[in-house]
Amino acid sequence: MNDKALSEHVKNLLRAPGLSAFEAPVREVVAAAWRPYAPKQTVSRLGSLHALQSGTGRNNRPKILLAAHMDMVGLMVTQVAGGFCRITEIGGLDARILPGQAVVIHGREDVPAVVVLPPAALLPPDRKAEIPRLRDLWLDTGLPETEAGRLIRTGDTASFSQPPMDLAGGRIAGRSLDDRAGVAALTVCLEELAARPHRWDVIAAATVQEEETLGGAATSAFALHPDLAIAVDVTFGAAPGLPEHKTFPLGEGPTIGLGPNVHPGVHRWMIRAAAKAGIKYALEVMPAHSGTDAFAMQVTAEGIPTGVIGIPLRSMHTAVEIVALSDIKAAGHLLAEGIGALDDGFLSKLRWE
Amino acid sequence: MAPTRKRKPAPKKITKRTLKPKERAQPRPQDGSIARIKRLSEAIGVSGDESAIREIILENLKGAAAETRVDALGNLLVKCRTRGKTSLRVMLAAHMDEVGLILMQAGSDGLWKFGTVGGINEQTLPGKALWIGRDRVPGVLAVKPVHLVEKDEAEHPIKLDALAIDIGATDKDSAMARLKPGDRAAFATPFRFERGVLYGKALDNRLGVAALIELALAPPPGIELWAAFTTQEEIGARGAQVAAYALDPDLAIVLDATPAADMPMWDGSENTAFNTKLGGGPAIYITDRATVSDPRLVRILDAAAETKGIPRQFRQPGSGGTDAGAIHRARKGIPSVSISVPIRSPHAPVSTARLEDWRALVALVRAALDHLAKQGLREG
Repeated sequence: MNDKALSEHVKNLLRAPGLSAFEAPVREVVAAAWRPYAPKQTVSRLGSLHALQSGTGRNNRPKILLAAHMDMVGLMVTQVAGGFCRITEIGGLDARILPGQAVVIHGREDVPAVVVLPPAALLPPDRKAEIPRLRDLWLDTGLPETEAGRLIRTGDTASFSQPPMDLAGGRIAGRSLDDRAGVAALTVCLEELAARPHRWDVIAAATVQEEETLGGAATSAFALHPDLAIAVDVTFGAAPGLPEHKTFPLGEGPTIGLGPNVHPGVHRWMIRAAAKAGIKYALEVMPAHSGTDAFAMQVTAEGIPTGVIGIPLRSMHTAVEIVALSDIKAAGHLLAEGIGALDDGFLSKLRWE
Repeated sequence: MAPTRKRKPAPKKITKRTLKPKERAQPRPQDGSIARIKRLSEAIGVSGDESAIREIILENLKGAAAETRVDALGNLLVKCRTRGKTSLRVMLAAHMDEVGLILMQAGSDGLWKFGTVGGINEQTLPGKALWIGRDRVPGVLAVKPVHLVEKDEAEHPIKLDALAIDIGATDKDSAMARLKPGDRAAFATPFRFERGVLYGKALDNRLGVAALIELALAPPPGIELWAAFTTQEEIGARGAQVAAYALDPDLAIVLDATPAADMPMWDGSENTAFNTKLGGGPAIYITDRATVSDPRLVRILDAAAETKGIPRQFRQPGSGGTDAGAIHRARKGIPSVSISVPIRSPHAPVSTARLEDWRALVALVRAALDHLAKQGLREG
């Protein structure tokens, strides 16, 4: 996939709605993008998309699961009052980024709206207007009460309505790059593997509900019962004012996770693959929870050896997340290189040391 | 003031750009208004750099104006082509500028530091997308990920100085490749119109501009009408000040947008500080912090609304200000009034407004002008 095609693919993913547990629209986009490389597709009971790319090994081939979540953060209506709605969050949000945010409420029909923080005179006396809190915010639909009441119900979701933007230096900004960037990396990997013999079966999964419960990855890992599972997710991009040891520069390659959530043998395999192929990467130490699907997959059934690949992203959980396309490409390439190197005896040598 | 004061000489010409008066106005589609509002809303015209707006207006008024000129502050002053004998010179003013950001310095990290222009709602900046400069370069105001925000930190507002504009550049040179200090930035908000609701940036005051274009395209007979598209309102009504001096009108009506804070109270009690309400019709100003409207003009607008059955509301007297603040103090004093489209979330990435309120504003100003053409502005 050339840079232009990759950029278009990522932007197509970003345009599709799909808050946690409401991923159907984006699932269609992912399924279509993966079909040329992995036509055998199923949808899990919870809505995750599984796409199989068969290996060339003998029968009872080992299989690797690559998981990237397709759900995104956003808002949910908790009350309709006049032409306004009260809201709660889907996924973790900093309420301070919400005032002024354009959204689309997915009601009986899609309804545009904007997040409003009322002036101080309309807030509880103890509340300072300059510190937005989720419970003080409204969605303003601009509609009269009857029209809003007809179209919107409690429990309707609202997506940030931010069209994808091309920034300088091959970077893209927009909503849901967490973790559609990971989904795109899987597309890159599948495309590369389609033209390259590999012994193992590869199952790419676009998982659901990562931002809420990790329920998609847990159930897909159970249903598919892979021998290895890799979560491909975004990680914190370096930016002024952020701690250097927790963040990674954009455009300098993916991260390879290390910590209790990562099987040391899987980690070594990925490091070797990167070194052999000359792929630049950063080591990401994850003290406990990796904050990814790997956390759920690792403890599925009798336990699965897991690994984590990270794509550095700035401004996480906003409508203007930023990634470098080159990092998506490198992450996909790294996965393909690693999978190409998996032989029939890999599992027998895999030890927790 | 006498109703039929002796006609003053036409204001001194300071023409920078004059259109041929003989050009016939092209026939326009019946509902080009929405397309025009969309174009105006999406254009960038931060105070002091209103040229994009001026161009759109000139294009729309091509062939329809008797005289067009741009003055020393960038105000676009348009004499409307009026039928019939005129006894009254009326200035209709709408400011072209919007609040926004201005680039100050590119850092070695490739990020642009910026200043604010006008009373932008600073709480709405974090995490928003921007269009920057004449080339509309995309950029974003990136923030710290919520995962790394400490609990006590979340109790404080995100400071302006902590924000920078990220255009994807990685060093100073690449940051300056397409942009330079002084370039203006506005929220990158695509305009939408659905179910009678307008969603867009800079509805303050592109709605006033669009209304003034409508009136200038079809001016009422019997009035020497000057449409003043003013600059720098958001930093102190500076364009209007000199425009009023130059035009020296008998009276002025300012078309603007005003906040509607008509959401429910936190505890469900009655909201008594709403300023204006969406759907209540255009808001007539009685007084704000900058102006006490001429009571005769308030009465004329009110009576015209009654007579013609046009909805209208009175803006709750209080804070705020419009071009009228400068106009009414020009020369020996100019009777002035403001009338605004109610909008929610002014000075923010997306404002909402109702088309019906905007249409009613155009109709009401037209009705008031008809009255003034016949009756003048009587003592009272």
